[in-house]
Amino acid sequence: MASATAAGKGTGRRSLNMVLFYVFVAIFVFVSVFPLLWVFKMSIVTKTELFATPPTILPQDLSGDSWSTVLGDSTFQRALINSSIISGVTTVICLFFGSIAAYAIARMRFRFKGTVMTLILAISFFPGVAIIAPLFIQFTAVGIIDTYAAVIITDTVFALPLTIWLLVAFFRELPVDLEDAAKVDGATTIQAFRKVIVPLAAPGVFTTAILTFIFAWNEFLFANTFLFDESTQPVTVVIPNFATIYTVDYGSQAAASVVVTVPLVILVLIFQRRIVSGLTAGAVKG
Amino acid sequence: MTSASREKKERGWFKEEFGNPERRMAYYMVLPAVLIIVVIAFFPVLYGVVLSFTDSTVTAFGSFVGLENYVEMFQDPDFLVGLSNTVIFTVVSVTLEFIFGLGIALAVNRAFRGRGLVRAAILVPWAFPTVISAVMWRLMFQPGIGIFQYVAQSIGIISGPVLSDPTLLLIAAILIDVWKTTPFMALLLLAGLQVIPGEVYEAARVDGANVYQRFFRITLPLLKGAILVAVLFRTLDAYRIYDLFYAFGAKELQSLSTYVYEGVRISQLQFGPGNAAAVFIFVTAFLIALFFIKVLGMRTSTEE
Repeated sequence: MASATAAGKGTGRRSLNMVLFYVFVAIFVFVSVFPLLWVFKMSIVTKTELFATPPTILPQDLSGDSWSTVLGDSTFQRALINSSIISGVTTVICLFFGSIAAYAIARMRFRFKGTVMTLILAISFFPGVAIIAPLFIQFTAVGIIDTYAAVIITDTVFALPLTIWLLVAFFRELPVDLEDAAKVDGATTIQAFRKVIVPLAAPGVFTTAILTFIFAWNEFLFANTFLFDESTQPVTVVIPNFATIYTVDYGSQAAASVVVTVPLVILVLIFQRRIVSGLTAGAVKG
Repeated sequence: MTSASREKKERGWFKEEFGNPERRMAYYMVLPAVLIIVVIAFFPVLYGVVLSFTDSTVTAFGSFVGLENYVEMFQDPDFLVGLSNTVIFTVVSVTLEFIFGLGIALAVNRAFRGRGLVRAAILVPWAFPTVISAVMWRLMFQPGIGIFQYVAQSIGIISGPVLSDPTLLLIAAILIDVWKTTPFMALLLLAGLQVIPGEVYEAARVDGANVYQRFFRITLPLLKGAILVAVLFRTLDAYRIYDLFYAFGAKELQSLSTYVYEGVRISQLQFGPGNAAAVFIFVTAFLIALFFIKVLGMRTSTEE
């Protein structure tokens, strides 16, 4: 009897704890996604509703004006293309140089490995703003200001450590025996890399590609420094400028923000498991 | 050891490193990445240091002026405001992110239904481009239409528009940063928590340790490595804050980075002190990292 009541009390407290826990989880999830939902709501209502006081919680008078303004804006269309080109090319270059270097670091022995890793790590802690003046002068001298090249070069340097770091973690998880077997069968290091490692590491390489792409897509400082002309500016530079072009057209600013963010959010939701393992790979081992 | 034999030994490792085709191959493989980093990041730093001691402009290399740029920088009220904003922003936002991040990590460090949902929610603010989230938050603080401006004003926390008050602007920027990066901090700390073996807690519980003792004697010490990595990473990231201030503050919120940027792109007169500020950021960021590594004992070894 006594033990039964004790057990009953235990379950009661545990279920109360569970309720509190889920309330906590619900608040956390709500706070995380609220701005995106709210700004989306701002983008689909009429101007009158947008300026209503007190603000409406759920949208009532729907309007597609903001969306058609943004999607019909040629600067914005151009910016989406520019962002895709800059991020795409940066990702390809980073993966090419990064996977070669990461393979050597993960699999081969050499004396200065520690030095190389420290150098690479140092870049991820490096304030990019410290080099914008010298780079601006050099890029002007070479004549690549206002071209994709200026931003792709700088994005590559700052994304490369991330790429190498993630790939080293992924490559280390692959079984060594397979490569050794390939080498016994007469494959060279390069063949072992290309025929054995690359296919096996494909999921890890893919995750790295997504993270590198997001990094380049979100980059702002270099693009804002080296690109003056709208013909090459990415979305991160163009959207804050919308605030000066569409001064009080807040709905269009909201729609533009949603267009740029939603693809990333979808990407992240699809690949969340892999992205989390990628993001934490370095931290736990380091 | 005589100098001759030392020389022989040195030549020995050199031969061993570069005479061995396998090892030579490894060097060829890391060389391109290392070259890219050295040429485009480290060389400009040196060039930036040189520039900071000259009266150069964007278009012409000037003559040596000693510490003049640094003196001018420290006398510039814009720089001092940027410095104090950056320090306040970094200390307050990283502290809050750490406290909330650790709380969230401890709370979700268990198996429960809906774990995937939480993980997805964690990643949503992280995936936002910082400038775009700054634009979104600016819309939500806009007088007349902004939900947060409306709520804060109705319950009486503030009397005027947030966007035209420098102090409120800085406080709002800190809150936005906390919103955006706390989940990431939680993710890194959670990864650290998951490698602490459960048996350690079992043993402590059997020995009668209460929940606080378990937290301070087991969790914190075993999590130290993950905490230092996460906090250093966030500190250096906050210290170079640029995009959030630029877009959310609409150029009215100064940081060290926006000060450098103005020198390069907006005001030619500020180019010299801007270069000095760039060197200042680099050196102080390096000292912060050194402090974490030497004083707090952060492990930097990447070898297994």
